[in-house]
Amino acid sequence: MPGMVSKANKSPLPPFNKRGMRGDFKPGRFRWQKAKERLIASFFFFNGMVSIIILAGIFSLLFSEGLPAFKEIHFSDFLQSTWNPTSYVKATYGLGAIMVSTLMVTFGALLIAVPVGLACAAYLAEIASPRVREVLKPIIEILAGIPSVVLGFLGIVVVNPLIARAFGIPNGLNALNGCILLAIMSLPTIISLSEDAIAAVPKTHKDASLALGASRWQTLVRVTIPSALSGIIASIMLGMGRAIGETMTVLMATGNAQAMPHSFLDAVRTMTATIAIELGEVPFGSAHYHALFVIGFVLFVMTFLVNLVSDIILQKYQEVEQ
Amino acid sequence: MRLKNRIIMSVVGLPAITLVILLILTSSLSLAAGFIQIKGSDTEVNAVQRMAEVYMQRYKGAAIAVTGGGSGVGIAAIINRTTDLANSSRAMKAQELRQAKANGVDPIGIVFAIDGLSVIANPANKVKTLTLDQIGQVYRGEIKNWSQVGGPNLPVTLYGRQPNSGTFIFFRETVVRGDYAQTMNQMNGNAQIVEAVKRDKGGIGYVGVGYVVDDKGKVTPGLKILNVAKDRNSKAVSPTDVKNIESGAYPIVRPLYQYFDKANRGKVDGFVGFELSPEGQNIISKQGFFPVTAEYRRYNARYGF
Repeated sequence: MPGMVSKANKSPLPPFNKRGMRGDFKPGRFRWQKAKERLIASFFFFNGMVSIIILAGIFSLLFSEGLPAFKEIHFSDFLQSTWNPTSYVKATYGLGAIMVSTLMVTFGALLIAVPVGLACAAYLAEIASPRVREVLKPIIEILAGIPSVVLGFLGIVVVNPLIARAFGIPNGLNALNGCILLAIMSLPTIISLSEDAIAAVPKTHKDASLALGASRWQTLVRVTIPSALSGIIASIMLGMGRAIGETMTVLMATGNAQAMPHSFLDAVRTMTATIAIELGEVPFGSAHYHALFVIGFVLFVMTFLVNLVSDIILQKYQEVEQ
Repeated sequence: MRLKNRIIMSVVGLPAITLVILLILTSSLSLAAGFIQIKGSDTEVNAVQRMAEVYMQRYKGAAIAVTGGGSGVGIAAIINRTTDLANSSRAMKAQELRQAKANGVDPIGIVFAIDGLSVIANPANKVKTLTLDQIGQVYRGEIKNWSQVGGPNLPVTLYGRQPNSGTFIFFRETVVRGDYAQTMNQMNGNAQIVEAVKRDKGGIGYVGVGYVVDDKGKVTPGLKILNVAKDRNSKAVSPTDVKNIESGAYPIVRPLYQYFDKANRGKVDGFVGFELSPEGQNIISKQGFFPVTAEYRRYNARYGF
């Protein structure tokens, strides 16, 4: 009881009682206190468990709602390319195009965000003066708070015509547009965590490198970044987790065509966008309804794997730190 | 000790208090007698919103909330009893009616406006008219270049709505009569199609006339409404002229529906009556739609409107 001690120190000590204790403590009160503490501990334990229970609940919901889809739709149908359950002619449930779209947009975003984010993190950790860092870091973190629907709007109004003009194509609502917007969304995560990782590299490593005659650039690229690599990879994985599950931005900015994309200048329709578009109108309990849960399940497994890998890497990184 | 108690109190107590307050607020809202919730079609949302504003000014104490989301969303809401009125730009499907019945809902649909679906293109494109058949071929992906319909040598970019839209379904059933080409960009609402076609010289899109014509009948700058002919022998006409809608010369016309539960009629009766009154129909014309034609006035009369 830290609170008790400080209080006792401030006031003059009460005299010892018959049991050799100070103050008005009674044994019964101790027992009540212990019980209360145990109660509080279990309350917080329960709170900790809540997230695990929710996770297990979501997993089992997706699984149990997705499973009935296989009664009407053959497994091989999901391996086809086109997703068009409301077709005029024949409903198709292929996950090919939407999975390729999701992966294209996600990895495309990383192709942009990783170099930029890493450079920014290295600048913040190694070169920027403390003053500049103090200003820049909060600003970058504010970037993380921009609502995705606002970014989607920017995608339509700003990025769309820019891409159209740059590549001489009729419109810029395509995978590249989504990549750029998702890169902006995942940048704060990548910068913030990578900067922490780079700043955590012991100064002695760098001093040793510089003492051996390496330039600052050589030290950064061959010593500092490799030492911080696990932290940097974890930050990239977390940024990727953010990008892969993003819905509103890609729904607005990528054109949502059903066709299998052949390049980054083709319109794409991601898994998240498909669920968002169709879940509102699908007849409850139909094959289409359950098939949407299959998409959700596949997406969940994908993000789960990304988070798992990043967690394992982060764990390793913390061990190395210790 | 006291401090700790207080912290625990606030940890447990605050959310509990907020919850209670929220419960009271929501229950009082839904209990308010005049509160009408309207959900559904993005095509109808602006016109209905406008009528609701006028209605609320007229009748103090009336409260109406109008939201969009697409016809499918509105119909799902009427089936699940989460809305009083569902805006829908298509009739309810047999399967949806069955689901409603199974839920104990008896949906009644009235037609409160007529919509001419306009086919839009970029003004830089010199094509002015298309037949219904040609539009179908374009959207099925069989015509890929504007030169195939007498235009410049420019690839066609297709813009359409998303499958949760009544317009998407209506256009597919009446014009495309097949699957849309897979390369069609599925846009999130009328306004996005308008924006996209404005920026795309080879673009073609379909939107409600209300979205491209202002209340004086002028077409939105940067856009062109194509004249459409029923077939090769008919004259191509514009949907901006009321006469073409009433005479049936313009082929892509649809009734705009509102659905409500029969048991809930007393609640929505006043507002629906206002929509069909001359004043309501006048607002509908100003919003770029067309007043209910004689055919659908007879349809509404079956339900006493």
